Amino acid sequence: MRHETDFDYRRENPVKVVKRALAALCCLMLLLPAAALADDSFNLNRDGFSTSYTYGYDYWGDVQESPDAYRVATVIDSITLGLESLDNKLMAKPQSLFMRNDDLYIVDTGNSRILQVRFEGHKYSLYRVISGVNGCDVTAFSSPYDVFVDEQDNIYVADYGNQRVVMMDKDLNWIKEFVKPTDATFDQNLDFLPKKIVVDVAGRLYAMVQNVNKGLVKYEADGTFTGYIGANQVTVSMTDYIWKKYFQTQAQRDASASFVPTEYENVYIDKEGFIYATTTTFSEYDLKWDNAKPIRRLNGLGNDILIKNDRYPPIGDLDWLEGDSTYYGPSRMTDITVFDNDIYIALDRVRGRLFGYDNQGVMLWAFGTRGNIEGAFTSVISIEHRGFDLFVLDQMENSVTVFTPTEYGLKIYDAIEKYQDGKYDESAAIWQDVLKQNANYPLAFRGIGRAVMRQDKYQEAMEYFKMAHDRENYGRAFKLYRKEWIEKNIWWIFLGIAVLLVVPLVLGKRKRMQWEVIMHEQNKVRKANG
Amino acid sequence: MSKTKSAKQTDKAVKSEKRKAWWAEYKRSMRYALHVITHPFDGFWDLTHEHRGTLAAAHTFLILFLITRVLKLLCTNFQFINAPVQHINVFEEMGSLLLPFLILCLANWAMTTLFDGKGRFKDIYMAMCYALVPYVLIQLPMVLISNALTFEEASLHSVMLAISVIWCVFLVFVALMEVHDYSPGKTLVFLVVTVVGACIIIFLLLVFFSLLSDAFGFFVSVYREASYRLH
Repeated sequence: MRHETDFDYRRENPVKVVKRALAALCCLMLLLPAAALADDSFNLNRDGFSTSYTYGYDYWGDVQESPDAYRVATVIDSITLGLESLDNKLMAKPQSLFMRNDDLYIVDTGNSRILQVRFEGHKYSLYRVISGVNGCDVTAFSSPYDVFVDEQDNIYVADYGNQRVVMMDKDLNWIKEFVKPTDATFDQNLDFLPKKIVVDVAGRLYAMVQNVNKGLVKYEADGTFTGYIGANQVTVSMTDYIWKKYFQTQAQRDASASFVPTEYENVYIDKEGFIYATTTTFSEYDLKWDNAKPIRRLNGLGNDILIKNDRYPPIGDLDWLEGDSTYYGPSRMTDITVFDNDIYIALDRVRGRLFGYDNQGVMLWAFGTRGNIEGAFTSVISIEHRGFDLFVLDQMENSVTVFTPTEYGLKIYDAIEKYQDGKYDESAAIWQDVLKQNANYPLAFRGIGRAVMRQDKYQEAMEYFKMAHDRENYGRAFKLYRKEWIEKNIWWIFLGIAVLLVVPLVLGKRKRMQWEVIMHEQNKVRKANG
Repeated sequence: MSKTKSAKQTDKAVKSEKRKAWWAEYKRSMRYALHVITHPFDGFWDLTHEHRGTLAAAHTFLILFLITRVLKLLCTNFQFINAPVQHINVFEEMGSLLLPFLILCLANWAMTTLFDGKGRFKDIYMAMCYALVPYVLIQLPMVLISNALTFEEASLHSVMLAISVIWCVFLVFVALMEVHDYSPGKTLVFLVVTVVGACIIIFLLLVFFSLLSDAFGFFVSVYREASYRLH
């Protein structure tokens, strides 16, 4: 049977309850860490990119300003090289750079020659002009696109117009030529148009040939064609396949792009003989899920073995606005260069940007922009390095911009190298210095965290790893800290458990005794009455 | 005077009696949630048909659910959750759960009344709120526990979260079945219909508000025009 007052609350209380609940909710919201009104727009331009020249990305993919990692040292152009007084042929659409020891080779494609520039006495001066090869039928180059110089100073030139790659010694005497493969796998109707070349220590030549999408064309040292490596795998999604097969007419199918692997954009061979390749033909959708792989490191079998241990794959800018593809859209890496410590720098032709990544695929810095001032570019095409100096070739400005690392940039490299050498504590000390200049540098927090953890300071390490957002290492540090904590507080824990077990027991017993007393009394009364 | 005083006193006594009864009922209906989530088929039937649940308790569960959600985002250890704390707006987070919840309840009520569903809006709302209880019961402690777990034990954390969600979904299904006295198949169909209905409601709301703002804009411009002419 329901009590009289039982239903009353239904009529009058809901409003009150809602009011009370709302009040409680408001109080709670005030108590909670106030929704941080942090807005990162302060360091973003209206075009969505950083207001500062150098920047990086934090864990959330937000742009974080950074101190400059590089400064312009000098700009090499036709005037500084004295080309005016030489033959008055200024650089025209140069396409590539190559660096060997102190010599910078600029491929002056428009004038069908290669400029060898030597670094002597702290300045870059023209050493010689290579415009042909001695001792063969066709001596003059015809719009060469790339040059490679091996350890023995033999020079390889991708002689695009003459459809050959020519090898000559350092005195420009013809040694051999690599020409169109007579193999059936090479379409004989196509011209042989080598655009980029690299040569490994064994003298094997890898050429990126225009209109060939089977990968890099590979030649043995004796000039024989031995196949292709590193073909882009063609991936066809199920939906694409079904759509094309069943829902498109033949005309539509012919009109749409067929499933062909993309060509590479550029190649670079590192000191271990691995080929770094970049590609710029991909869909934006594939980029974020790392299916596009714009930067690859190919092993001997042509498989991509680039290490990607960061949250974001190395794709350049993480965010971009849609718009005119000459400035907006994703980064498109036109060239890449690799330091001896496996740090690689990719060059984005869309916004004239350089992106530095360490050997784990973590972005170190990004800088560069479009424009007409020093350190800004019109149309970048090639990048090279000498030590930690960077050389960026601009095909419209016809100039090479030379960058030298700042103290900040050098510290980053130093810390990474020290860590690679196993000098963890020294590395951490340098990372501390880096943090003083840039407190938004996750790599520094991680580096210090690792060193601190090796000193068994787990709690401190946890703080650093948390700042770096490094979950795995945080987990490791926390596991050890938790163990330590339990060992230290084991008696308190036991005591707590004991209290939890004993108190209810005691209370229960007491209640039971009281109950028994009452029952006893009642029995007595009953007996007396009965 | 003494008479009025005594009347007042009895009035007060009655009021406090009522309040006490209300609290007792409230506590009982809160405790009843434990029965509902463990015995959903009987529990949800009795919840509405036997008046075992109260709206006050339902409101409480809904608020607890919202609080759990926010605490989860803000206080779960960063090893287990990707929450950009600097970008989180607490009110936005709560609103983005509360609004769809209410719209879905409304859509379900609107659809099921047309197809002899037994539940009134109040019943549906109450049952839905009670169905959220496992989410609170599991996820709220997991927020605390996550701060004592390491990255290697992430699977434990994610399994618990998955259990809470699956439990809730199951409860929602059973709740609708029992509240409306539907067969399982019909409930399934009406879950889909409810989502469609919610989409229609949202669409209508958008149209309504855009029209409203247009109408408002029109009157504002008429007023401006008139005031320019008059001056």
